[in-house]
Amino acid sequence: MNRFDYARPASVAEAVQAGAGEQVRFLAGGTNLIDLMKENVDRPTTVIDINRLPLNAIEELDGGGLRLGALVPNAETAWDARVEQRYPLLSSAILAGASPQLRNAATNGGNLNQRTRCYYFYDVATPCNKREPGSGCGAIGGVNRIHAILGASDQCIATHPSDMCVALAVLDATVQVTGPEGDRAIPIADYHRLPGDEPWRDNTLKPGELVTGIDLPAEDFTQTYTYLKLRDRLSYAFALVSIAVAMRVEDGTIAEARVALGGVAHKPWRSTEAEKLLKGQHPSPQAFGTFADALLAGAVGQGENDFKIPLARKGIVRALKQAAEATPQSQTDKRVA
Amino acid sequence: MATAAKIGIGSAINRVDGVEKVTGTARYAAEHPVENLLYGYIVEAAIAKGRIVSIDEEAARAVPGVVEVITHLNRPHVAWTDHSYQDELKIPGSPFRPLYDDRIQFSQQPIALVMAETFEAARYAASLVEVAYEAEAHNTDFEVAVGEKYVPKKKRSGYMAPKDRGDAAQAFADAPLKVSGDYRLPPEHHNPMEMFGSTVEWHDDGSITVHDKTQGSQVVQGYLASVFGFSKKKVRVLNPYVGGAFGSGLRPQHQVFLAVLAAKMLERSVRVTMTRNQMFSHAYRPQAIQSIALGAETTGKLTAIRNEATTSTSRYEDNMENVVTWGLMNYDCPNADAEYTVAQVDTATSADMRAPGAATGMTLFEIAIDEMAYEAKVDPLEFRLINYSPIDAMNGTPYTSKALREAFQEGAEAFGWSKRSAEARSMRDGKELVGWGCATGMWDAQFSKTSASAKLTANGHLEVACATSDIGTGSYTVMTLVAADTLGLPPEQITAKLGDSDLPTAPVEGGSWGAASSGAAVQLACQAVGKKLLKAAGKIAGAPLGEATIDDVLFEDGCIVLKDAPTVRVPFGDAMRAADLTQIEEEETAAPGFGDMWKGMHKSKNTHSAIFAEVKVDEELGVIRVTRIVDAVAAGRIINPKTARSQILGGVVMGMGMALHEETFPDHRLGRWMNHNFGEYHVPVHADIHDIQVIFVDEPDPEVTPLGVKGLGEIGIVGTAAAIANAIYHATGKRVRSLPITIDKILD
Repeated sequence: MNRFDYARPASVAEAVQAGAGEQVRFLAGGTNLIDLMKENVDRPTTVIDINRLPLNAIEELDGGGLRLGALVPNAETAWDARVEQRYPLLSSAILAGASPQLRNAATNGGNLNQRTRCYYFYDVATPCNKREPGSGCGAIGGVNRIHAILGASDQCIATHPSDMCVALAVLDATVQVTGPEGDRAIPIADYHRLPGDEPWRDNTLKPGELVTGIDLPAEDFTQTYTYLKLRDRLSYAFALVSIAVAMRVEDGTIAEARVALGGVAHKPWRSTEAEKLLKGQHPSPQAFGTFADALLAGAVGQGENDFKIPLARKGIVRALKQAAEATPQSQTDKRVA
Repeated sequence: MATAAKIGIGSAINRVDGVEKVTGTARYAAEHPVENLLYGYIVEAAIAKGRIVSIDEEAARAVPGVVEVITHLNRPHVAWTDHSYQDELKIPGSPFRPLYDDRIQFSQQPIALVMAETFEAARYAASLVEVAYEAEAHNTDFEVAVGEKYVPKKKRSGYMAPKDRGDAAQAFADAPLKVSGDYRLPPEHHNPMEMFGSTVEWHDDGSITVHDKTQGSQVVQGYLASVFGFSKKKVRVLNPYVGGAFGSGLRPQHQVFLAVLAAKMLERSVRVTMTRNQMFSHAYRPQAIQSIALGAETTGKLTAIRNEATTSTSRYEDNMENVVTWGLMNYDCPNADAEYTVAQVDTATSADMRAPGAATGMTLFEIAIDEMAYEAKVDPLEFRLINYSPIDAMNGTPYTSKALREAFQEGAEAFGWSKRSAEARSMRDGKELVGWGCATGMWDAQFSKTSASAKLTANGHLEVACATSDIGTGSYTVMTLVAADTLGLPPEQITAKLGDSDLPTAPVEGGSWGAASSGAAVQLACQAVGKKLLKAAGKIAGAPLGEATIDDVLFEDGCIVLKDAPTVRVPFGDAMRAADLTQIEEEETAAPGFGDMWKGMHKSKNTHSAIFAEVKVDEELGVIRVTRIVDAVAAGRIINPKTARSQILGGVVMGMGMALHEETFPDHRLGRWMNHNFGEYHVPVHADIHDIQVIFVDEPDPEVTPLGVKGLGEIGIVGTAAAIANAIYHATGKRVRSLPITIDKILD
């Protein structure tokens, strides 16, 4: 990796101050950033180690929600009793990802900001508009088994690899950030972005902004939910397609259903329009299939990943069934529920 | 007189080097502390074929700590004939020469080595080396390359040409039942846990000590001497611990060349290690297409076998494997023909990877056999018994032993095969379809010329030594057990030494010949020590053993014991003191054809296995779980059932990877492997592994090798992927002829 300046501020204010400037990176768990630096993919001139900032607590919010500190490790979040009881979908999604060792080191803020796993992004000998704007997209017409089927552009077909964020999308989380211009709250749906003509921008953070926490509103999706992750081996692989579902079933009909997909786009893929199709429906394969078609409207394969479209469709139907029947997918027993 | 149960051949003991390994005191090649060390980082080619036009090193050299940037332009003199680069396991062609000239032969080829005071400085500086290329047209697409497949004129050592019998073309045409198709295996990279690395200690007299990751210290010693003009006395190569290799360390890899080149040029001690990404810059299991046509009677009796295969090699060497012979050897069928060809792609030369040839050719063949069993409506196990050949059906020779029938019986019983329902898609467990499949595995039982020494000191300590390697297979433990068995000493009093080119000559560890070969040599050396002991005992006043010859005595509990009068016992120490010996040291060589080792020279020597697999496949989503494997192995005598089981478990897990996960993806436009990391090159993880039962079938075989040992390194992988593929068919009714069987191939 290149030579860089290193700072370890003790307060958020200091971190924000130090964070101004080009090629500055905040270092938390380092499970992705350090790899990227070793591979010469990311070449920060300044690394600000934020691990001493007081952002490592899970706190109650007024109104019954929770605030997940940006520096709370993924594992600690998943196993937190309040999260397990009130947001089991989030626990499940986190535990579907990575390995215990990585989840111990990786933080909630870092999970939001992890980079794509596109092969070309990680190999500096190849073209990649995300890494090297204007160099082209290697994955289009190349090796693209793991790439996007929704929301891609002719500049980039990378996906966001997070599991946690897919659950956050369904839970209508809010990302709390602070920066040179003060604090602001970004709804999760607006946090990540599609590649468009600026594929190097993964999210809508402004320069120098730091994620401080993730707010979870009070919800009651403790029974009828699921996180179903389909991948190339039974653990420790990024999702080909993952499906987060949170549902409320009242008197045998769906009062509300929220569905987000992972592994298929540059951000967790959700359509509140399509979700309206489920409202008031009796849970049935037909209703689920109609919804799946709507959510996947406009899906385009890139060749090697064409199979993701039917896989996503079947996965959505199955996940909705799991949620409706209150038989969420276990992340330890790999049998699909 | 009560004695503790003798520990020897057949005793299940812990790995003698286990504590060192799990506590971290076992040092691997890149871990040896050396003072004043320089670190090297390899710069790799970004294109697949062409020439280097220029290399701009200015920015790299400006990085603090950088000592040198070595390229083809400034390297010291190295050998210039192909012959000099041909290592002991050479394959026909013109071996790759790192930093030799401006030619690029494959993507990720090493083209420069940055040397610095720290690894980090070297790595960063390497990223600043700017290389301009003149690219030439390349092809990495094997499916295109097979259009120009050919039979290499010069055959690789160990290659067995297939022998045709009968008239397979006519028999196939006439057969009432036919199966034919193309079966495929993608490129796979070995990916042992330990990355390739070399630490070279430069000594003032111009000699070097090389700590290398290799499967053969003496192969590397010979290669370095030949390439750099060292006398062998000035090159010592050590590899006491090797963190897996699977064949990737049979031939010297380029990091050891580069490390020694740098040491020689800078007259400094250096270390060069590959990163995980760089582990994709060299050896890989060749890609394969196998066209199999089978004909059979409606009874399930095979009448025709036609077996053609092509595997990938580089432009510069003809790597050949025994791919098409296995099916012809294993099945009783009057008509069979086969053809084997290679096709060139612009990659590094493909290489031996665990059970080279068999893991490909037998596995794919066993999928076709399964198809024919369904075609004939015969149970797949019954089908194999109907066509069982007690002799090597291709060569017409008897086996020294073949307990495959027993393996099928014991394996089937343990698995519960009789409860299988015949139809595909006929078994289910909730939302999952259940499938049971079986397959046959086969590998060679080889034995290679090997020397070993044994040194007994008067305090009762025995050291046995041999330049073999322990690539995780258990060689230390095998040598210890054989020595314990031969001289009747407890393992705690025995030290096994290996992994040092100064030790008695041994071949690379590979091909599953290690245990049989080093075991036989250790036994001979220990027997020689035993004879000396008996002679020494003759000096004891009163000659308690009388005129006893070596056939009249046993070695037990550190004593020479008269067979006919077991109360007469002479401790080793007493014998040695009587003869005024402080130590007895003997060196012996075991080799095929030596002494009474001629037995079985004209017989076929093979291991066999019967593999049974259970899969559960989610009917809608195609998620596959391998829930049970039973592998019944007929491999002659088992030296240590504990490490032997581990060998098979490892092979089975690797076979699961072959069945479901492993595949290196090339971008043919760039001519480059793209998933060159452990995040995206998938091997099985814990969650993929369920119940694996290993059975060793009784198979006494005094002819195959001196100890009756056949070897276990490879047999665990052969056929395993076929058993799983066949189980997937039984579960789903979907026949997948290209491995790995990923979710997209199962999805409707």
